[in-house]
Amino acid sequence: MSLALKALKKSPWVFHVNTGACNNCDIEILDALTPRFDVERFGIVLVGSIRHADVLLISGPVTRNVLPRLKRLYEQAPKPVKVIVIGACGCNCGIFRDGYNIIGPVDKYIPVDAYVPGCPPKPETIIAGVVKVLNTL
Amino acid sequence: MVKKIPIGPFHPILEEPEFFELHVDGERVVDIDMTIGWSHRGIELLSEHKTWDQVPFLVERVCGICSCSHPYAYVKAVEDLLQIEVPERAQYIRAIVAELERLHSHLLWTGLAGHFIGYNTVFMWTWKYREPVLDILEAVTGNRNHYAMMRIGGVRREIPVEEIPNIRKMLDDLVEKNKMLTGAIVDDPVIHARTEGVGILDKKMCRLYGALGPTARAGGYNIDARRDHPIDAYGKIDFDVIVCENGDVYDKAVVRQLENFESIKIIRQALDKLEALGPGDICTEIGEVPPGEGIGVYEAPRGEVLHYIRSNGGNMPMRHKIRAPSFNNILTNEYSVVGDTVADAGLITAAVDPCYSCTERVGRIDRNSGERWIMSEGDLIRMSQEKTEEIRKMMTGK
Repeated sequence: MSLALKALKKSPWVFHVNTGACNNCDIEILDALTPRFDVERFGIVLVGSIRHADVLLISGPVTRNVLPRLKRLYEQAPKPVKVIVIGACGCNCGIFRDGYNIIGPVDKYIPVDAYVPGCPPKPETIIAGVVKVLNTL
Repeated sequence: MVKKIPIGPFHPILEEPEFFELHVDGERVVDIDMTIGWSHRGIELLSEHKTWDQVPFLVERVCGICSCSHPYAYVKAVEDLLQIEVPERAQYIRAIVAELERLHSHLLWTGLAGHFIGYNTVFMWTWKYREPVLDILEAVTGNRNHYAMMRIGGVRREIPVEEIPNIRKMLDDLVEKNKMLTGAIVDDPVIHARTEGVGILDKKMCRLYGALGPTARAGGYNIDARRDHPIDAYGKIDFDVIVCENGDVYDKAVVRQLENFESIKIIRQALDKLEALGPGDICTEIGEVPPGEGIGVYEAPRGEVLHYIRSNGGNMPMRHKIRAPSFNNILTNEYSVVGDTVADAGLITAAVDPCYSCTERVGRIDRNSGERWIMSEGDLIRMSQEKTEEIRKMMTGK
C-alpha cells in the first residue's frame, strides 16, 4: 500500500458535488456530520475545496450544464481519489432518466469506486458506503 | 475601481444551484448578476409523460426539502380541476406532514445561517434538534425525506394511532429547545451586530420583486398562502402569521424561528382533530380526469409554490407548470446585496434560503488589470466568520 493511501485511510477528507440532485442526498451527507451520527469522530471531515479532498461524494444525475464542471472537478482532485456516488439518481439517473437535459449517470463520465443507492440513502447507509470503500484499501 | 467576483454556479447544500457575479468596489458590492438553471432536469416535460398518479413522486423530487409542498400544490391543482373535496381525516394528515416538513426546513436553515457567521454551535444544535422531527416523519411516512404522502383525492397512508403520543412528546421537547434557540439568537449581542441592518429588503422592495414566504414577511409584507388561500384543514385551524418590519437578515432568522412555534401549534390542533374524528376514509376515488385546467397554491417553507395543470381528458397532464418560491426570492438579492460588504454577501444570499454553501470556487477578477484571484467557497465563509470574530473582539474587548 502506498503511503498516500495509508494516510488517506486514517482521515479521509470528503468533498461533495451536486450534479443536479434535488439536495436531499446532500442534506443527508451533511446530516452524517452533525451530532446524531458525528463522523468527524473518525477523522472524516467535509472540506470546502476540491484540492483538499480524498473522497468525492457525488449526488445527482449529470445535467448538460454541469458536465464540464464535473470533469474539471475530477481533474483538480489530488490523486489517488475515491469516488462514491450517493443516491439513486447518481447511480442510474433514477426518476429523471428520461429528462432531455440529463446526459447519463456519473460513472459514464468519471471512474466510480462505490455506489450508495436510495432516495435518499439514510446517513447510516452513506457512512457504511464510505467505510466499505476504506476497507478495500 | 470595480472588480468582479463570480460565485457559483452551484451551491450543493440546498435548493437550486445559482451563479452569482459580484461587482465590487473595494469591499462594497456595487452590483450583482445572477444566472440560474444549472440543475435543470426538465421536470415539467417529464411530468407531461407520467400518469396523474405518478406525478406526485416526480414533483416531490423537485426539491429535497420541499418534498411535501410540491406534491401538495400539485394534488390541489388536480383537485381544483376535478372539483372534489378531500375527506376530513386526510386534510389533517396533510397539514401534519406539511408542517413537520416546515419545522425541519426552518431548523435546517437556522443551522446553516449559524455556520455562515461562524456559530458552529448553532449549526450543531439545530441539526441535532432536527433529528427527532425526521424520526417522526420516518415513523409516519416510511422515509426521512420524500414522504410520498400526497395522492390526488387524499393521502396515501394513515398516521398510526400509536405514533400520536410520540409526536406530541417530540413537539413538547421541541418547544423547549426552540425557545432556548430563539433566546440564544435574540440575546446574543454579536449576532445582533452581525445581522441587524444587513441585507435590508423593505416592504416596498418585497412587493416590487414579488418576494414570498419568510423573506417577504421579514420585510413587513404580510403574505401567507396558508391564510390567504386556505386549503384543506388550514381554514379550520387557528394560527398566526409572523411578520417583522426591517427585512434584514436578523428579522429573517426571527421570522423562521417564531414560525416554528406556529407550526407546532398547527400540528397539535390537527392531532386533536384527528383523534376526535376517529377512524375513517383517507382518500376519495377520483376516476377519469376531465379536460380543463386547475391551479394549486401552497405555502412551502420558502414561500408560495404554485402548480398549474391542464388536461385534455387523457391519463397524463397536457401541461404542467411549476413556479417555486426561490425563483422570486433569489432575484431579491439584486437589491439586498448591493451596498453591503463581500463578507456579508454570502450571508445575505443565504438568508433568502436558497441556502448557499461551501463547495464552489470563487474567482476574483480585476476588470482593469485582468488580475485574477481564485478563492474557494470556503474562503467566503472564512471571511464571514472572521468578520463575526472581529465584532466579537470589539464588543467584548478581548
